[in-house]
Amino acid sequence: MPLDASDLGAIWLTFKLASLTTLILLLVGTPIAWWLARTRSWLRGPVGAVVALPLVLPPTVIGFYLLLALGPNGWIGQTTEALGLGTVVFSFSGLVIGSVIYSMPFVVQPLQNAFSAIGERPLEVAATLRATPWDSFVHVVLPLARPGFITASILGFAHTVGEFGVVLMIGGNIPDKTRVVSVQIFDHVEAMEYLQAHWLAGAMLVFSFLVLLALYSSRSGKSAWS
Amino acid sequence: MIHARLKVARDDFELDVDLQLPGRGISALFGHSGSGKTTCLRCLAGLERAPEAYIEVNGQIWQDSRRGHFLAPHLRPIGYVFQEPSLFPHLSVHGNLTFGWRRIAPQARKVSLDQACALLGIEHLLERKPATLSGGEAQRVGIARALLSSPQLLLMDEPLAALDGPRKREILPYLERLHDELEIPLVYVSHAQDEVARLADHLVLLEQGKVQASGPIAATLARLDLPLAQGDDAGVIIEGRVSSYEPGYQLLGLQLPGSDLELRLAHEPLALGTALRLKVQARDVSLSLAQEAHSSILNRLPVRVSGHRPADNSAHVLVSLDADGSVLLARITRYSADQLGLHSGQQLVAQIKSVALLG
Repeated sequence: MPLDASDLGAIWLTFKLASLTTLILLLVGTPIAWWLARTRSWLRGPVGAVVALPLVLPPTVIGFYLLLALGPNGWIGQTTEALGLGTVVFSFSGLVIGSVIYSMPFVVQPLQNAFSAIGERPLEVAATLRATPWDSFVHVVLPLARPGFITASILGFAHTVGEFGVVLMIGGNIPDKTRVVSVQIFDHVEAMEYLQAHWLAGAMLVFSFLVLLALYSSRSGKSAWS
Repeated sequence: MIHARLKVARDDFELDVDLQLPGRGISALFGHSGSGKTTCLRCLAGLERAPEAYIEVNGQIWQDSRRGHFLAPHLRPIGYVFQEPSLFPHLSVHGNLTFGWRRIAPQARKVSLDQACALLGIEHLLERKPATLSGGEAQRVGIARALLSSPQLLLMDEPLAALDGPRKREILPYLERLHDELEIPLVYVSHAQDEVARLADHLVLLEQGKVQASGPIAATLARLDLPLAQGDDAGVIIEGRVSSYEPGYQLLGLQLPGSDLELRLAHEPLALGTALRLKVQARDVSLSLAQEAHSSILNRLPVRVSGHRPADNSAHVLVSLDADGSVLLARITRYSADQLGLHSGQQLVAQIKSVALLG
């Protein structure tokens, strides 16, 4: 067996982390993307820039600040401790929080593009056909933005699978709790276990290629609003 | 009764109108692009919120800016037809048609799916996706979809403007059927004079955000002081009833309203009493002092000159004529006017070279 129990544990943990992160990002990212796509407020620029920050910042920078904020001396950490929740650093919850922030632009931007492409007209049509704004969102916007949701989910999931710096900074390296595949590969290489590193790295490579293949193959000229 | 007082001021555009439209029939908002007609329609629908507005339809107040009252568009019992069909691409024709229908209370549904489909001739399209429809078919579906939300007011924003000539001719008869068979008032935005002449009962002329004229179509088209009378298409509308038919010559006689005068045109037979709308172009009417017995011109009516005015180019004169209660317009050369000694009250004979049936 080329993969041992700790490798499988890392894969399972990575899968759990990416799934949960993607789910949270879809819930949180949809209203943010909707707002960014439609608002005329001056806050659009600053909010858009903050959401896009993880695209350019080194993951270690994000991880560093999260560590400070979520740690026992940080303002979020102190709040969670005061609420009796303890601190989330070096825990799975901490990883989820870090991943949500780190992968945010990969979910928000495809959704924002999808919402912008729909335009005002379908919503106006729906309103003249008695649909409330929420009804229009569910029955018109969501189906029309479906390709955007698919892209956002794939990118959000894949990008979370591929993170390393943030995880290491705020999650550390605790087996079955915070040791994800990318960290596990790092450990193998450090320990000179090249064969095991090969297996895991190769699996990541194949997985990433397949995800991107699915994404680029499905992007045929869809969604024509007539 | 529709009452809309609207004030909109934007950087490049100002709208200030007070519209009183009849509670039945088709009211046309007519004007050049940029005259504010679409903005009026969007304010009626609530798709735009005019900063200063009072909108009352059939006794319900939809907007009253002084009290801060604004009824959201989805709460207004309207049907709206956009310039482009704007069908939902993710739904079938059936899904599009029933979108509004499913969102109103069953007891409020006045139009059934079958009725709407029959009225617009789209029964055979129900399972299709919008992307597979022609422009004309898609627009008919759009109109049926609006009808199926059982509106108390139908609003149409240049529903034919995006279509080519044949597609327009395909849809116009359906719009006429709506007019004849439905009791719903319709506000129709257009910049095409032929559509307006064919469909409208009431005409509002908009120019740079102001109402230039508003009144019954026949009287408004015949007004010499409006730019309508200046155009090449200038002419009048006459609502006549079939009063005779000569099978030998296949000539249909149409009685002018409230008069014994008759206009004749070559046409297949129609039932006596059928109401028809005719257009008589100003350039097709010539004037003479006496009845000329020998002429190929079919229609020669005794008329009285009720007004005249120089046309935009100074070579022509526009003359309005009273033909026993019906108004005609004639566009004649200034030379001819001088030869006739044209003056108000003068008795003349109008020779009408052609009469167009508008359906």
